[in-house]
Amino acid sequence: MTLDITALRVSIGGREILHGVDLRLEAGRVHGLAGESGSGKTMTGLAVLGLLPHGARASGAIRLGDRDLLSLPAKELNRVRGGEVAMVFQDPATSLHPMLTVGRQLTEHMRHHLRLGRAEARARAVDLLAKVRIPAPEEAYGRYPHQFSGGMRQRIAIAIALACSPKVLIADEPTTALDVTVQAGVLRLLRGLCDELGLAVLLVTHDLGVMSAVADEVSVMKDGQVVESGPRGNVLRTPSHPYTRTLLASLPTPPPEPDSPAGPSSGSDAEAR
Amino acid sequence: MSLLAIDDLVVEHRSPGRPVVRAVAGASLTVAPGEVVGLVGESGCGKSTLARAVCGLNPVTNGSITFDGEPVTPLGLRRRKLTGIQMVFQDPYASLNPRRRVGDQIADGLRTARDTTTSPADLLERVGLPREYADRHPHEFSGGQRQRIAIARALAARPRLLIGDEPISALDASAQSQVAALMRDLAVESGAGLLFISHDLSVVRLVADRIAVMYLGRIVEVGATAEVWARPRHPYTRALLRAVPQPDGLGVLPAELPGDVPDPANPPGGCRFHPRCPLVMDVCRDKDPDFGPVACWLHEPK
Ligand SMILES: Nc1ncnc2c1ncn2[C@@H]1O[C@H](COP(=O)(O)OP(=O)(O)O)[C@@H](O)[C@H]1O
Ligand SMILES: Nc1ncnc2c1ncn2[C@@H]1O[C@H](COP(=O)(O)OP(=O)(O)O)[C@@H](O)[C@H]1O
Ligand code: SF4
Ligand SMILES: [Mg+2]
Ligand SMILES: [Mg+2]
Repeated sequence: MTLDITALRVSIGGREILHGVDLRLEAGRVHGLAGESGSGKTMTGLAVLGLLPHGARASGAIRLGDRDLLSLPAKELNRVRGGEVAMVFQDPATSLHPMLTVGRQLTEHMRHHLRLGRAEARARAVDLLAKVRIPAPEEAYGRYPHQFSGGMRQRIAIAIALACSPKVLIADEPTTALDVTVQAGVLRLLRGLCDELGLAVLLVTHDLGVMSAVADEVSVMKDGQVVESGPRGNVLRTPSHPYTRTLLASLPTPPPEPDSPAGPSSGSDAEAR
Repeated sequence: MSLLAIDDLVVEHRSPGRPVVRAVAGASLTVAPGEVVGLVGESGCGKSTLARAVCGLNPVTNGSITFDGEPVTPLGLRRRKLTGIQMVFQDPYASLNPRRRVGDQIADGLRTARDTTTSPADLLERVGLPREYADRHPHEFSGGQRQRIAIARALAARPRLLIGDEPISALDASAQSQVAALMRDLAVESGAGLLFISHDLSVVRLVADRIAVMYLGRIVEVGATAEVWARPRHPYTRALLRAVPQPDGLGVLPAELPGDVPDPANPPGGCRFHPRCPLVMDVCRDKDPDFGPVACWLHEPK
Protein backbone atom coordinates (compact mmCIF):
# COMPACT_ATOMS: atom_id res chain seq x y z
CA MET A 1 0.00 0.00 0.00
CA THR A 2 1.29 3.51 -0.69
CA LEU A 3 1.05 6.46 1.64
CA ASP A 4 0.85 9.78 -0.12
CA ILE A 5 1.45 13.02 1.70
CA THR A 6 0.51 16.07 -0.35
CA ALA A 7 0.76 19.75 0.46
CA LEU A 8 0.80 19.02 4.19
CA ARG A 9 0.68 22.16 6.26
CA VAL A 10 0.72 22.14 10.05
CA SER A 11 0.47 25.10 12.35
CA ILE A 12 0.64 25.26 16.12
CA GLY A 13 -0.54 28.31 18.02
CA GLY A 14 -0.77 30.37 14.85
CA ARG A 15 2.82 29.54 13.76
CA GLU A 16 3.10 27.44 10.62
CA ILE A 17 5.63 24.65 11.12
CA LEU A 18 5.17 22.59 7.96
CA HIS A 19 4.75 24.65 4.80
CA GLY A 20 3.39 22.16 2.29
CA VAL A 21 5.25 18.84 2.56
CA ASP A 22 5.00 16.24 -0.22
CA LEU A 23 6.25 12.69 0.43
CA ARG A 24 5.36 9.31 -0.99
CA LEU A 25 5.98 6.01 0.79
CA GLU A 26 5.76 2.81 -1.20
CA ALA A 27 5.43 -0.81 -0.16
CA GLY A 28 8.76 -2.57 0.27
CA ARG A 29 10.67 0.71 0.15
CA VAL A 30 12.44 2.73 2.80
CA HIS A 31 11.98 6.46 2.42
CA GLY A 32 14.60 8.35 4.40
CA LEU A 33 13.83 11.78 5.79
CA ALA A 34 16.86 13.89 6.70
CA GLY A 35 17.34 17.46 7.88
CA GLU A 36 18.56 19.42 10.85
CA SER A 37 16.77 19.36 14.14
CA GLY A 38 13.72 21.60 14.10
CA SER A 39 13.19 21.18 10.37
CA GLY A 40 9.89 19.34 10.89
CA LYS A 41 10.78 15.66 10.46
CA THR A 42 9.09 14.49 13.65
CA MET A 43 6.01 16.67 13.00
CA THR A 44 5.63 15.05 9.59
CA GLY A 45 5.68 11.59 11.17
CA LEU A 46 3.29 12.60 13.92
CA ALA A 47 0.87 14.04 11.36
CA VAL A 48 0.70 10.66 9.64
CA LEU A 49 -0.06 9.00 12.96
CA GLY A 50 -2.64 11.63 13.91
CA LEU A 51 -0.57 12.43 16.98
CA LEU A 52 0.09 16.14 16.48
CA PRO A 53 0.27 18.22 19.67
CA HIS A 54 -2.96 19.67 21.04
CA GLY A 55 -4.19 22.73 19.19
CA ALA A 56 -2.27 21.85 16.03
CA ARG A 57 -4.07 22.40 12.73
CA ALA A 58 -3.24 20.36 9.67
CA SER A 59 -4.30 20.79 6.05
CA GLY A 60 -3.46 19.05 2.80
CA ALA A 61 -3.88 15.29 2.46
CA ILE A 62 -2.33 12.09 3.81
CA ARG A 63 -3.74 9.31 1.66
CA LEU A 64 -3.48 5.68 2.69
CA GLY A 65 -5.12 3.64 -0.07
CA ASP A 66 -8.41 5.42 -0.69
CA ARG A 67 -8.68 7.13 2.70
CA ASP A 68 -7.42 10.55 3.73
CA LEU A 69 -6.03 10.17 7.25
CA LEU A 70 -6.40 13.89 7.90
CA SER A 71 -10.17 13.79 7.50
CA LEU A 72 -10.76 10.42 9.18
CA PRO A 73 -12.99 10.42 12.29
CA ALA A 74 -11.00 9.92 15.51
CA LYS A 75 -12.32 6.40 16.05
CA GLU A 76 -11.30 5.17 12.62
CA LEU A 77 -7.95 6.91 12.89
CA ASN A 78 -7.36 5.02 16.13
CA ARG A 79 -7.88 1.79 14.27
CA VAL A 80 -5.42 2.80 11.58
CA ARG A 81 -2.80 3.81 14.13
CA GLY A 82 -1.26 0.76 15.73
CA GLY A 83 -3.00 -1.29 13.03
CA GLU A 84 -2.07 -0.34 9.49
CA VAL A 85 0.33 2.40 10.55
CA ALA A 86 2.81 1.75 13.34
CA MET A 87 5.70 3.67 14.86
CA VAL A 88 9.09 3.32 16.50
CA PHE A 89 10.79 6.18 18.33
CA GLN A 90 14.36 7.12 19.25
CA ASP A 91 13.91 6.10 22.86
CA PRO A 92 12.39 2.62 23.21
CA ALA A 93 11.12 3.74 26.62
CA THR A 94 8.51 5.80 24.72
CA SER A 95 6.93 2.64 23.34
CA LEU A 96 7.57 0.20 26.21
CA HIS A 97 5.69 0.10 29.49
CA PRO A 98 8.22 -0.55 32.28
CA MET A 99 5.75 -2.44 34.52
CA LEU A 100 4.35 -4.88 31.97
CA THR A 101 6.02 -7.99 30.61
CA VAL A 102 7.15 -7.94 27.02
CA GLY A 103 4.62 -10.66 26.21
CA ARG A 104 1.72 -8.72 27.68
CA GLN A 105 2.64 -5.62 25.68
CA LEU A 106 2.87 -7.60 22.47
CA THR A 107 -0.37 -9.51 22.89
CA GLU A 108 -2.48 -6.64 24.16
CA HIS A 109 -2.13 -4.88 20.81
CA MET A 110 -2.97 -8.01 18.88
CA ARG A 111 -5.95 -8.96 20.96
CA HIS A 112 -7.28 -5.43 20.66
CA HIS A 113 -6.59 -4.82 16.98
CA LEU A 114 -6.63 -8.32 15.50
CA ARG A 115 -9.10 -9.84 18.00
CA LEU A 116 -6.91 -12.89 18.49
CA GLY A 117 -7.46 -15.43 21.29
CA ARG A 118 -4.96 -15.76 24.12
CA ALA A 119 -3.06 -18.77 22.77
CA GLU A 120 -2.94 -17.48 19.23
CA ALA A 121 -1.68 -14.10 20.39
CA ARG A 122 1.00 -15.74 22.49
CA ALA A 123 2.25 -17.87 19.62
CA ARG A 124 2.38 -14.86 17.33
CA ALA A 125 4.21 -12.81 19.98
CA VAL A 126 6.90 -15.46 20.36
CA ASP A 127 7.23 -15.60 16.57
CA LEU A 128 7.67 -11.84 16.44
CA LEU A 129 10.35 -11.87 19.14
CA ALA A 130 12.18 -14.50 17.14
CA LYS A 131 11.78 -12.43 13.98
CA VAL A 132 13.46 -9.40 15.59
CA ARG A 133 16.10 -11.83 16.84
CA ILE A 134 15.62 -11.70 20.57
CA PRO A 135 17.50 -14.71 21.96
CA ALA A 136 15.34 -17.33 23.73
CA PRO A 137 12.01 -15.73 22.70
CA GLU A 138 9.94 -18.08 24.88
CA GLU A 139 11.72 -16.81 27.99
CA ALA A 140 11.89 -13.23 26.81
CA TYR A 141 8.10 -13.26 26.55
CA GLY A 142 7.76 -13.29 30.33
CA ARG A 143 10.43 -10.73 31.11
CA TYR A 144 10.29 -6.98 31.73
CA PRO A 145 11.87 -4.28 29.52
CA HIS A 146 14.58 -3.35 32.04
CA GLN A 147 15.95 -6.89 31.83
CA PHE A 148 17.13 -6.20 28.27
CA SER A 149 19.95 -4.06 26.85
CA GLY A 150 19.17 -0.85 24.93
CA GLY A 151 19.55 -2.56 21.56
CA MET A 152 17.29 -5.43 22.60
CA ARG A 153 14.69 -2.99 23.92
CA GLN A 154 14.62 -1.25 20.54
CA ARG A 155 14.14 -4.65 18.85
CA ILE A 156 11.24 -5.33 21.21
CA ALA A 157 9.74 -1.92 20.38
CA ILE A 158 9.99 -2.90 16.72
CA ALA A 159 8.30 -6.24 17.43
CA ILE A 160 5.44 -4.38 19.14
CA ALA A 161 5.16 -2.04 16.16
CA LEU A 162 4.90 -5.07 13.89
CA ALA A 163 2.38 -6.88 16.08
CA CYS A 164 -0.65 -5.97 14.00
CA SER A 165 0.95 -6.45 10.57
CA PRO A 166 1.18 -2.77 9.68
CA LYS A 167 1.50 -1.62 6.10
CA VAL A 168 3.36 1.53 7.03
CA LEU A 169 6.09 1.96 9.65
CA ILE A 170 7.20 5.39 10.84
CA ALA A 171 10.62 5.07 12.50
CA ASP A 172 11.81 8.34 14.06
CA GLU A 173 15.57 8.21 14.78
CA PRO A 174 15.27 4.53 15.77
CA THR A 175 19.02 3.96 16.14
CA THR A 176 20.24 7.37 17.31
CA ALA A 177 20.57 6.30 20.94
CA LEU A 178 22.39 3.06 20.13
CA ASP A 179 26.06 2.13 19.79
CA VAL A 180 27.18 1.71 16.17
CA THR A 181 27.60 -2.03 16.65
CA VAL A 182 24.03 -2.35 17.89
CA GLN A 183 22.76 0.14 15.32
CA ALA A 184 24.13 -2.07 12.56
CA GLY A 185 21.94 -4.94 13.75
CA VAL A 186 18.81 -2.80 14.01
CA LEU A 187 19.37 -1.32 10.54
CA ARG A 188 19.77 -4.79 9.06
CA LEU A 189 16.60 -5.83 10.83
CA LEU A 190 14.60 -2.86 9.52
CA ARG A 191 15.80 -3.36 5.98
CA GLY A 192 15.04 -7.10 6.16
CA LEU A 193 11.54 -6.54 7.52
CA CYS A 194 10.80 -3.96 4.85
CA ASP A 195 11.84 -6.39 2.12
CA GLU A 196 10.20 -9.44 3.62
CA LEU A 197 6.90 -7.92 4.73
CA GLY A 198 6.57 -5.30 2.00
CA LEU A 199 6.38 -2.54 4.59
CA ALA A 200 6.40 1.08 3.50
CA VAL A 201 8.93 2.66 5.87
CA LEU A 202 9.50 6.31 6.69
CA LEU A 203 12.92 6.43 8.32
CA VAL A 204 13.61 9.74 10.02
CA THR A 205 17.29 10.20 10.73
CA HIS A 206 19.79 13.01 10.88
CA ASP A 207 22.58 10.52 10.14
CA LEU A 208 23.32 10.46 6.43
CA GLY A 209 25.39 7.29 6.89
CA VAL A 210 22.31 5.51 8.22
CA MET A 211 20.33 6.99 5.37
CA SER A 212 22.81 5.75 2.83
CA ALA A 213 22.78 2.24 4.28
CA VAL A 214 19.04 1.55 4.24
CA ALA A 215 16.99 4.17 2.39
CA ASP A 216 15.82 3.71 -1.20
CA GLU A 217 14.55 7.26 -1.56
CA VAL A 218 15.84 10.23 0.37
CA SER A 219 14.09 13.51 1.10
CA VAL A 220 15.79 16.40 2.82
CA MET A 221 13.85 18.89 4.90
CA LYS A 222 14.72 22.40 5.86
CA ASP A 223 12.51 24.87 7.73
CA GLY A 224 9.31 22.89 7.30
CA GLN A 225 9.75 22.10 3.63
CA VAL A 226 11.17 19.27 1.56
CA VAL A 227 14.01 20.90 -0.36
CA GLU A 228 15.26 17.84 -2.20
CA SER A 229 13.93 14.37 -2.93
CA GLY A 230 15.09 11.48 -5.05
CA PRO A 231 16.79 8.09 -5.22
CA ARG A 232 19.41 7.56 -2.50
CA GLY A 233 22.36 7.49 -4.89
CA ASN A 234 21.41 10.77 -6.55
CA VAL A 235 20.70 12.74 -3.41
CA LEU A 236 23.81 11.55 -1.58
CA ARG A 237 26.24 11.53 -4.49
CA THR A 238 25.07 14.40 -6.65
CA PRO A 239 22.92 16.59 -4.41
CA SER A 240 21.22 19.37 -6.29
CA HIS A 241 20.07 21.61 -3.46
CA PRO A 242 22.74 23.79 -1.80
CA TYR A 243 21.40 22.83 1.62
CA THR A 244 21.95 19.11 0.96
CA ARG A 245 25.48 19.91 -0.16
CA THR A 246 26.10 21.78 3.09
CA LEU A 247 24.78 18.83 5.07
CA LEU A 248 27.09 16.45 3.24
CA ALA A 249 30.05 18.79 3.50
CA SER A 250 29.60 19.05 7.28
CA LEU A 251 30.28 15.31 7.54
CA PRO A 252 33.62 14.19 8.87
CA THR A 253 33.89 11.02 6.84
CA PRO A 254 35.05 10.49 3.36
CA PRO A 255 34.64 6.70 3.31
CA PRO A 256 37.73 4.66 4.23
CA GLU A 257 39.92 3.32 1.47
CA PRO A 258 38.33 0.36 -0.28
CA ASP A 259 41.33 -1.89 0.48
CA SER A 260 41.08 -1.40 4.22
CA PRO A 261 39.14 -3.98 6.20
CA ALA A 262 36.72 -1.23 7.18
CA GLY A 263 36.01 -0.27 3.58
CA PRO A 264 32.84 -0.99 1.65
CA SER A 265 32.33 -4.63 0.72
CA SER A 266 34.12 -5.66 -2.46
CA GLY A 267 30.86 -5.94 -4.40
CA SER A 268 30.45 -2.19 -4.35
CA ASP A 269 34.06 -1.25 -5.05
CA ALA A 270 33.50 -0.96 -8.76
CA GLU A 271 30.79 1.60 -8.17
CA ALA A 272 32.81 3.66 -5.70
CA ARG A 273 33.99 6.84 -7.43
CA MET B 1 56.63 14.68 28.33
CA SER B 2 53.11 13.57 28.97
CA LEU B 3 50.67 15.98 30.45
CA LEU B 4 48.50 13.10 31.59
CA ALA B 5 49.81 9.59 32.19
CA ILE B 6 47.42 6.81 33.14
CA ASP B 7 49.22 3.62 34.07
CA ASP B 8 47.56 0.24 34.59
CA LEU B 9 44.56 2.00 36.09
CA VAL B 10 41.91 0.02 37.94
CA VAL B 11 38.70 1.69 39.09
CA GLU B 12 35.94 -0.23 40.84
CA HIS B 13 32.36 0.68 41.64
CA ARG B 14 31.06 -0.74 44.88
CA SER B 15 27.45 -0.63 45.87
CA PRO B 16 25.91 -2.50 48.81
CA GLY B 17 24.51 -5.92 48.00
CA ARG B 18 25.94 -5.96 44.49
CA PRO B 19 29.07 -7.49 43.05
CA VAL B 20 32.03 -5.15 42.61
CA VAL B 21 32.09 -3.68 39.11
CA ARG B 22 35.63 -3.32 37.83
CA ALA B 23 34.72 -0.64 35.27
CA VAL B 24 38.35 0.18 34.44
CA ALA B 25 40.46 -2.97 34.60
CA GLY B 26 44.09 -2.11 33.92
CA ALA B 27 44.04 0.71 31.37
CA SER B 28 47.07 2.72 30.27
CA LEU B 29 46.96 5.93 28.24
CA THR B 30 48.84 9.21 27.82
CA VAL B 31 47.92 12.69 26.61
CA ALA B 32 50.63 15.22 25.65
CA PRO B 33 50.21 19.02 25.74
CA GLY B 34 48.48 20.20 22.56
CA GLU B 35 47.51 16.63 21.71
CA VAL B 36 44.00 15.37 21.06
CA VAL B 37 43.35 11.78 22.09
CA GLY B 38 40.05 10.21 21.14
CA LEU B 39 38.69 7.52 23.44
CA VAL B 40 36.10 5.26 21.80
CA GLY B 41 34.20 2.13 22.71
CA GLU B 42 30.68 0.82 23.25
CA SER B 43 28.59 2.15 26.12
CA GLY B 44 29.44 0.54 29.43
CA CYS B 45 33.09 -0.10 28.54
CA GLY B 46 34.33 2.32 31.22
CA LYS B 47 35.02 5.57 29.35
CA SER B 48 33.20 7.83 31.82
CA THR B 49 34.63 6.01 34.82
CA LEU B 50 38.14 6.58 33.45
CA ALA B 51 37.43 10.26 32.79
CA ARG B 52 35.97 10.79 36.23
CA ALA B 53 38.97 9.11 37.84
CA VAL B 54 41.26 11.52 35.96
CA CYS B 55 39.28 14.40 37.45
CA GLY B 56 39.55 12.89 40.91
CA LEU B 57 35.82 12.16 40.98
CA ASN B 58 36.19 8.37 41.24
CA PRO B 59 38.68 6.81 43.64
CA VAL B 60 41.49 4.79 42.10
CA THR B 61 41.64 1.14 43.18
CA ASN B 62 45.00 0.37 41.62
CA GLY B 63 47.54 1.77 39.19
CA SER B 64 48.22 5.47 38.87
CA ILE B 65 47.15 8.70 37.25
CA THR B 66 49.77 11.41 36.90
CA PHE B 67 48.91 14.94 35.78
CA ASP B 68 51.84 17.23 35.13
CA GLY B 69 54.11 14.92 37.12
CA GLU B 70 51.82 14.98 40.18
CA PRO B 71 49.63 12.04 41.20
CA VAL B 72 45.91 12.72 40.93
CA THR B 73 44.03 12.07 44.15
CA PRO B 74 40.33 12.41 44.89
CA LEU B 75 39.56 16.08 45.24
CA GLY B 76 36.72 18.43 45.89
CA LEU B 77 35.31 20.39 42.98
CA ARG B 78 37.16 23.52 44.01
CA ARG B 79 40.60 21.97 44.06
CA ARG B 80 39.90 20.21 40.78
CA LYS B 81 39.41 23.54 39.07
CA LEU B 82 42.73 24.71 40.40
CA THR B 83 44.56 21.66 39.06
CA GLY B 84 43.89 22.72 35.49
CA ILE B 85 41.59 19.93 34.38
CA GLN B 86 38.17 20.86 33.03
CA MET B 87 35.43 18.55 31.85
CA VAL B 88 32.55 19.03 29.41
CA PHE B 89 29.73 16.52 29.89
CA GLN B 90 27.25 14.91 27.54
CA ASP B 91 24.08 16.54 28.72
CA PRO B 92 24.13 20.28 28.05
CA TYR B 93 20.82 20.56 29.91
CA ALA B 94 22.18 19.25 33.19
CA SER B 95 25.60 20.88 33.19
CA LEU B 96 24.57 24.55 33.25
CA ASN B 97 22.84 26.16 36.20
CA PRO B 98 19.35 27.06 34.89
CA ARG B 99 18.95 30.02 37.26
CA ARG B 100 22.10 31.93 36.43
CA ARG B 101 22.91 33.99 33.37
CA VAL B 102 25.42 32.25 31.14
CA GLY B 103 27.80 35.22 31.32
CA ASP B 104 28.00 34.85 35.11
CA GLN B 105 28.71 31.15 34.79
CA ILE B 106 31.53 31.81 32.34
CA ALA B 107 32.87 34.52 34.69
CA ASP B 108 33.30 31.83 37.39
CA GLY B 109 35.82 30.11 35.15
CA LEU B 110 37.66 33.36 34.46
CA ARG B 111 37.96 33.98 38.20
CA THR B 112 39.43 30.51 38.69
CA ALA B 113 42.16 31.41 36.20
CA ARG B 114 42.55 34.89 37.75
CA ASP B 115 41.90 36.25 34.29
CA THR B 116 40.89 39.90 34.55
CA THR B 117 41.31 40.89 30.92
CA THR B 118 39.01 38.42 29.16
CA SER B 119 35.26 38.99 29.35
CA PRO B 120 32.55 36.31 29.14
CA ALA B 121 31.44 37.91 25.89
CA ASP B 122 34.92 37.32 24.44
CA LEU B 123 34.59 33.62 25.19
CA LEU B 124 31.11 33.44 23.70
CA GLU B 125 32.56 34.92 20.57
CA ARG B 126 35.30 32.30 20.53
CA VAL B 127 32.74 29.50 20.64
CA GLY B 128 30.82 31.13 17.81
CA LEU B 129 27.97 32.76 19.71
CA PRO B 130 26.92 36.44 19.73
CA ARG B 131 28.46 38.48 22.56
CA GLU B 132 25.11 39.72 23.80
CA TYR B 133 24.03 36.17 24.75
CA ALA B 134 25.97 36.63 28.00
CA ASP B 135 22.85 38.18 29.54
CA ARG B 136 20.62 35.24 28.75
CA HIS B 137 19.66 32.15 30.75
CA PRO B 138 20.36 28.55 29.63
CA HIS B 139 16.71 27.77 28.78
CA GLU B 140 16.86 30.30 25.95
CA PHE B 141 19.33 28.13 24.03
CA SER B 142 19.24 24.98 21.94
CA GLY B 143 21.29 21.92 22.91
CA GLY B 144 24.10 22.82 20.53
CA GLN B 145 24.27 26.38 21.83
CA ARG B 146 24.32 25.17 25.43
CA GLN B 147 27.19 22.85 24.66
CA ARG B 148 29.10 25.77 23.19
CA ILE B 149 28.44 27.70 26.38
CA ALA B 150 29.65 24.75 28.49
CA ILE B 151 32.83 24.74 26.41
CA ALA B 152 33.27 28.49 26.86
CA ARG B 153 32.92 28.06 30.61
CA ALA B 154 35.45 25.21 30.68
CA LEU B 155 37.93 27.18 28.56
CA ALA B 156 37.55 30.27 30.74
CA ALA B 157 39.40 28.44 33.51
CA ARG B 158 42.37 28.01 31.16
CA PRO B 159 42.68 24.27 31.70
CA ARG B 160 45.79 22.47 30.60
CA LEU B 161 43.69 19.37 30.07
CA LEU B 162 40.18 19.46 28.69
CA ILE B 163 38.08 16.32 28.88
CA GLY B 164 34.94 15.98 26.80
CA ASP B 165 32.78 13.04 27.89
CA GLU B 166 30.47 12.42 24.93
CA PRO B 167 30.21 16.20 24.51
CA ILE B 168 28.46 15.92 21.16
CA SER B 169 26.27 12.86 21.58
CA ALA B 170 23.19 14.85 22.51
CA LEU B 171 23.55 17.21 19.55
CA ASP B 172 22.23 16.91 16.07
CA ALA B 173 24.38 15.87 13.14
CA SER B 174 25.38 19.22 11.74
CA ALA B 175 26.12 20.59 15.20
CA GLN B 176 28.14 17.49 16.14
CA SER B 177 31.10 17.90 13.86
CA GLN B 178 31.12 21.69 14.33
CA VAL B 179 31.22 21.46 18.11
CA ALA B 180 33.84 18.69 18.00
CA ALA B 181 36.03 20.73 15.68
CA LEU B 182 35.57 23.77 17.86
CA MET B 183 36.72 21.90 20.97
CA ARG B 184 39.72 20.62 19.11
CA ASP B 185 40.72 24.01 17.74
CA LEU B 186 40.33 25.85 21.01
CA ALA B 187 42.21 23.23 23.02
CA VAL B 188 45.10 22.98 20.57
CA GLU B 189 45.26 26.76 20.16
CA SER B 190 45.71 27.19 23.91
CA GLY B 191 48.28 24.39 24.13
CA ALA B 192 46.02 22.24 26.29
CA GLY B 193 45.61 18.51 25.88
CA LEU B 194 42.18 17.17 24.95
CA LEU B 195 40.77 13.78 25.87
CA PHE B 196 37.77 13.47 23.61
CA ILE B 197 35.41 10.65 24.54
CA SER B 198 32.80 9.53 22.06
CA HIS B 199 31.18 6.39 20.77
CA ASP B 200 31.03 8.03 17.32
CA LEU B 201 34.15 6.98 15.46
CA SER B 202 33.64 9.18 12.45
CA VAL B 203 33.67 12.30 14.60
CA VAL B 204 36.67 11.13 16.60
CA ARG B 205 38.47 10.56 13.36
CA LEU B 206 37.90 14.20 12.50
CA VAL B 207 39.37 15.63 15.70
CA ALA B 208 41.85 13.19 17.26
CA ASP B 209 45.59 12.89 16.68
CA ARG B 210 45.54 9.50 18.33
CA ILE B 211 42.72 7.04 18.95
CA ALA B 212 42.41 4.75 21.95
CA VAL B 213 39.88 1.95 21.68
CA MET B 214 38.40 0.70 24.94
CA TYR B 215 36.70 -2.62 25.54
CA LEU B 216 35.40 -3.83 28.89
CA GLY B 217 37.73 -1.71 31.00
CA ARG B 218 40.84 -2.11 28.87
CA ILE B 219 42.47 -0.06 26.15
CA VAL B 220 42.74 -2.68 23.41
CA GLU B 221 44.36 -0.57 20.70
CA VAL B 222 46.11 2.80 20.56
CA GLY B 223 47.58 4.46 17.50
CA ALA B 224 47.75 7.48 15.24
CA THR B 225 44.25 8.24 13.98
CA ALA B 226 45.00 7.85 10.29
CA GLU B 227 46.85 4.60 10.96
CA VAL B 228 44.09 3.05 13.06
CA TRP B 229 41.47 4.14 10.57
CA ALA B 230 43.28 2.80 7.54
CA ARG B 231 44.70 -0.33 9.17
CA PRO B 232 42.80 -1.27 12.32
CA ARG B 233 44.57 -4.23 13.93
CA HIS B 234 42.56 -5.38 16.93
CA PRO B 235 39.55 -7.48 15.86
CA TYR B 236 37.35 -5.29 18.05
CA THR B 237 38.58 -2.09 16.38
CA ARG B 238 37.87 -3.67 13.01
CA ALA B 239 34.36 -4.60 14.07
CA LEU B 240 33.72 -1.08 15.34
CA LEU B 241 34.88 0.55 12.12
CA ARG B 242 32.91 -1.82 9.95
CA ALA B 243 29.76 -0.96 11.87
CA VAL B 244 29.93 2.73 10.91
CA PRO B 245 27.59 3.31 7.96
CA GLN B 246 29.12 5.45 5.23
CA PRO B 247 27.20 8.30 3.56
CA ASP B 248 28.41 7.22 0.13
CA GLY B 249 24.97 6.62 -1.35
CA LEU B 250 25.79 2.98 -2.15
CA GLY B 251 23.28 1.27 0.12
CA VAL B 252 25.84 -0.89 1.93
CA LEU B 253 24.45 -2.24 5.21
CA PRO B 254 26.99 -1.93 8.03
CA ALA B 255 28.41 -5.15 9.48
CA GLU B 256 26.99 -6.38 12.74
CA LEU B 257 29.06 -7.34 15.79
CA PRO B 258 27.03 -10.10 17.40
CA GLY B 259 26.61 -10.35 21.14
CA ASP B 260 26.44 -7.75 23.88
CA VAL B 261 29.25 -6.29 25.95
CA PRO B 262 29.66 -8.77 28.85
CA ASP B 263 28.92 -7.71 32.43
CA PRO B 264 32.07 -6.04 33.80
CA ALA B 265 31.27 -7.57 37.21
CA ASN B 266 31.91 -10.95 35.61
CA PRO B 267 34.26 -10.53 32.64
CA PRO B 268 35.26 -13.50 30.47
CA GLY B 269 38.62 -15.10 31.27
CA GLY B 270 41.59 -14.88 28.92
CA CYS B 271 41.07 -12.21 26.27
CA ARG B 272 38.02 -10.20 27.29
CA PHE B 273 36.87 -10.02 23.69
CA HIS B 274 37.08 -13.75 23.01
CA PRO B 275 33.36 -14.62 23.20
CA ARG B 276 32.64 -12.12 20.39
CA CYS B 277 35.86 -12.40 18.42
CA PRO B 278 35.63 -13.88 14.92
CA LEU B 279 39.34 -14.82 15.05
CA VAL B 280 39.39 -16.46 18.50
CA MET B 281 42.15 -19.05 19.03
CA ASP B 282 42.77 -21.52 21.87
CA VAL B 283 45.30 -19.29 23.61
CA CYS B 284 42.71 -16.48 23.77
CA ARG B 285 40.49 -18.43 26.17
CA ASP B 286 43.32 -19.01 28.66
CA LYS B 287 45.70 -16.14 28.52
CA ASP B 288 44.97 -12.44 28.85
CA PRO B 289 46.81 -10.40 26.20
CA ASP B 290 47.73 -7.63 28.64
CA PHE B 291 50.18 -5.78 26.42
CA GLY B 292 50.05 -2.86 24.00
CA PRO B 293 49.66 -1.11 21.67
CA VAL B 294 47.33 -3.85 20.39
CA ALA B 295 46.08 -6.16 23.14
CA CYS B 296 45.57 -9.23 20.99
CA TRP B 297 47.49 -12.49 20.63
CA LEU B 298 47.62 -11.89 16.88
CA HIS B 299 49.67 -8.75 17.55
CA GLU B 300 52.00 -9.78 20.34
CA PRO B 301 55.03 -7.47 20.45
CA LYS B 302 58.21 -9.25 19.35
N1 LIG C 1 4.72 20.70 20.92
C1 LIG C 1 5.12 21.70 20.11
N2 LIG C 1 4.52 22.88 20.13
C2 LIG C 1 4.90 23.89 19.32
N3 LIG C 1 5.94 23.79 18.44
C3 LIG C 1 6.59 22.65 18.38
C4 LIG C 1 6.24 21.53 19.21
N4 LIG C 1 7.08 20.51 18.93
C5 LIG C 1 7.91 20.96 17.97
N5 LIG C 1 7.63 22.24 17.63
C6 LIG C 1 8.30 23.04 16.61
O1 LIG C 1 8.08 22.44 15.35
C7 LIG C 1 9.22 22.58 14.51
C8 LIG C 1 9.59 21.23 13.93
O2 LIG C 1 9.95 20.36 14.98
P1 LIG C 1 10.26 18.83 14.76
O3 LIG C 1 9.30 18.25 13.81
O4 LIG C 1 10.36 18.21 16.11
O5 LIG C 1 11.71 18.87 14.09
P2 LIG C 1 12.74 17.69 13.82
O6 LIG C 1 12.08 16.39 14.15
O7 LIG C 1 13.10 17.84 12.39
O8 LIG C 1 13.89 17.96 14.71
C9 LIG C 1 10.32 23.18 15.38
O9 LIG C 1 10.40 24.54 15.06
C10 LIG C 1 9.80 23.00 16.78
O10 LIG C 1 10.25 24.07 17.59
N1 LIG D 1 28.28 4.67 40.09
C1 LIG D 1 28.29 3.42 39.61
N2 LIG D 1 27.99 2.35 40.39
C2 LIG D 1 28.03 1.09 39.92
N3 LIG D 1 28.36 0.77 38.66
C3 LIG D 1 28.67 1.78 37.82
C4 LIG D 1 28.65 3.16 38.25
N4 LIG D 1 29.00 3.94 37.19
C5 LIG D 1 29.23 3.10 36.16
N5 LIG D 1 29.03 1.81 36.53
C6 LIG D 1 29.23 0.62 35.69
O1 LIG D 1 30.56 0.65 35.24
C7 LIG D 1 30.64 0.23 33.88
C8 LIG D 1 31.30 1.31 33.06
O2 LIG D 1 30.44 2.44 33.03
P1 LIG D 1 30.86 3.82 32.35
O3 LIG D 1 32.18 4.21 32.85
O4 LIG D 1 29.73 4.76 32.54
O5 LIG D 1 30.97 3.39 30.82
P2 LIG D 1 30.85 4.28 29.49
O6 LIG D 1 31.07 5.71 29.85
O7 LIG D 1 31.90 3.72 28.58
O8 LIG D 1 29.48 4.02 28.95
C9 LIG D 1 29.23 -0.10 33.46
O9 LIG D 1 29.02 -1.48 33.62
C10 LIG D 1 28.40 0.68 34.43
O10 LIG D 1 27.15 0.04 34.62
S1 SF4 E 1 43.43 -12.20 21.60
FE1 SF4 E 1 42.26 -13.71 20.47
S2 SF4 E 1 40.12 -13.41 21.10
FE2 SF4 E 1 41.29 -11.63 21.73
S3 SF4 E 1 40.99 -10.20 20.07
FE3 SF4 E 1 42.90 -11.27 19.64
S4 SF4 E 1 42.30 -13.01 18.38
FE4 SF4 E 1 40.42 -12.21 19.28
MG1 LIG F 1 12.69 14.93 15.60
MG1 LIG G 1 29.83 7.37 29.46
